[in-house]
Amino acid sequence: MISRDDVARVARLARLALTDAELETMREQLNAILVHIDALKTVDTTGIEPTSHAVPQFNVMREDEPRPCFPAEDMLANAPDRKGDFFRVPRIIED
Amino acid sequence: MRTIHELADAYRRGETTPGRTTDEYLARIAKLDDKVGAYITVTADRARAAARASDERYRQGRPLGPLDGAPIALKDVFCTKGVRTTCASRILENFVPPYDATVVERLTAAGAIVLGKSNMDEFAMGSSTEHSALKVTRNPWDLSRVPGGSSGGPAAAVAAGLAAGGLGTDTGGSIRQPAAFCGVVGLKPTYGRVSRYGLVAFASSLDHPGPFGEDVTDAALLLGAIAGHDPMDATSIDAPVPDYTAGLEQGVRGLRLGVPDEYFTAGMDPEIERAVRAAIDVLKGLGATLERVSLPATPHALATYYVIAPAEASSNLARYDGVKYGLRVPGHDLIDMESKTRAAGFGAEVKRRIMLGTYVLSAGYYDAYYGQAQKVRTLVRRDFDAAFGRVDLIVAPTTPNVPFKHGEKTDPVQMYLNDVFTIPADMAGVPAISLPCGFTKSGLPIGLQLIGRTLDEATVLRVAGAYERATDWHTRHPELAA
Repeated sequence: MISRDDVARVARLARLALTDAELETMREQLNAILVHIDALKTVDTTGIEPTSHAVPQFNVMREDEPRPCFPAEDMLANAPDRKGDFFRVPRIIED
Repeated sequence: MRTIHELADAYRRGETTPGRTTDEYLARIAKLDDKVGAYITVTADRARAAARASDERYRQGRPLGPLDGAPIALKDVFCTKGVRTTCASRILENFVPPYDATVVERLTAAGAIVLGKSNMDEFAMGSSTEHSALKVTRNPWDLSRVPGGSSGGPAAAVAAGLAAGGLGTDTGGSIRQPAAFCGVVGLKPTYGRVSRYGLVAFASSLDHPGPFGEDVTDAALLLGAIAGHDPMDATSIDAPVPDYTAGLEQGVRGLRLGVPDEYFTAGMDPEIERAVRAAIDVLKGLGATLERVSLPATPHALATYYVIAPAEASSNLARYDGVKYGLRVPGHDLIDMESKTRAAGFGAEVKRRIMLGTYVLSAGYYDAYYGQAQKVRTLVRRDFDAAFGRVDLIVAPTTPNVPFKHGEKTDPVQMYLNDVFTIPADMAGVPAISLPCGFTKSGLPIGLQLIGRTLDEATVLRVAGAYERATDWHTRHPELAA
């Protein structure tokens, strides 16, 4: 069972500001889901390789040649806040 | 209602034009979509402009191919240059992509006319389209019921005659389940057969773009246009694309079909079991050989999915940080801004999956959950490999139950159980189709699922085509579409 503190810790990792009521609902629902997921622990997977992709993947290489990319203005067009050619964020470094 | 191939024939014979047809579809959307709620954004002006260009090509006797002038609906998960792409989320409500997804580029290059962007569960997470933050979509067969999900919008649009075809995505069943619920054809291709470039990512190792059609031929035509290698998607398969319509009339004689024990479970709706068993008898009558097969890892596929998909989603959705695009809620520092933005921008189901995914990937739990789930995924794949050593195709129901009412499933786990028969094919990456195989006494559609070998969409479509020709389910339309 995961505790209220576990849920609060995961919410911080996931960058989700949850209210106290949401934390409690989330704790109940995650525990209900984890009861089902925990059944996986009973499956014998000794010697079984993990699958990360359904179709086997190998390194995909291409020639290292310059290609046109999107204009800065197109990439900035959806920015919630910008200054010139930059995305603006709350100050991270103190003066 | 005419299929895409019937429309193309009518255009060539000069009976109608793409321009007139597009106007008819736009008029139907204006008249009916208040009831159905299939579209988030209708792109009427763009559609009319594309139709005029298509008209001109037919006038000159040089149409681009069978999709020229085909009016289609795109699930709002595909980026469309200059047209808002929301993923049915508040966090992307005003996002206008600077480029087209590869599948959109290919369909428009083939002459298809995009009528609009259609509704879905937020970020494709759900089985009813009820998790859309933007609107409600109703099942055209019974407006009190859900259209399925997550691609409920395009499925409902095709069923209600608000588009001739559509494009969706399937991560745990999100094309096949709404196709079954809405009584249309929905095809999930092999993983990597269709490019994911420009698709808003949910679970990258499981996301499959694919078509909706009124019949199997339309699904084959649409797949043919979108399939094929794309250098912009490193997981895209570099294999030739066959003519998927070529084998549709070959019949099933000589094919071995597998009926998996694990897909006929105690809890399933008896009307669905009856309809699917009757469909299997039809295929037997057409000359196919039947064999019982076992896919023993099936009972664990759902739990495996609910580790892997949320894990990948928690990572993919980290990009919504209020910086580059989408919603921003002010905060006193960067982390506060991000946390408030994500809390305000994501709906409850998306938050639940981000939390679950973050938890199963977090230190101390990774091996027990994510590592173990990836190993069980191998077992699911091996089941299919073993079965396909003996049979050419697997025949099963698409869903364990018929479309449910809005608000009926409030418990997340109950909602997840809807995908129990569709998730395994996503885990294994093998192609699968859902097509209509009957109706309940109360008139709700039932879906037949056909699952094929990796890259063998042709056999899936061939058997679907044979079944469709032997039955008339696909010719029935909901009353409101009459």
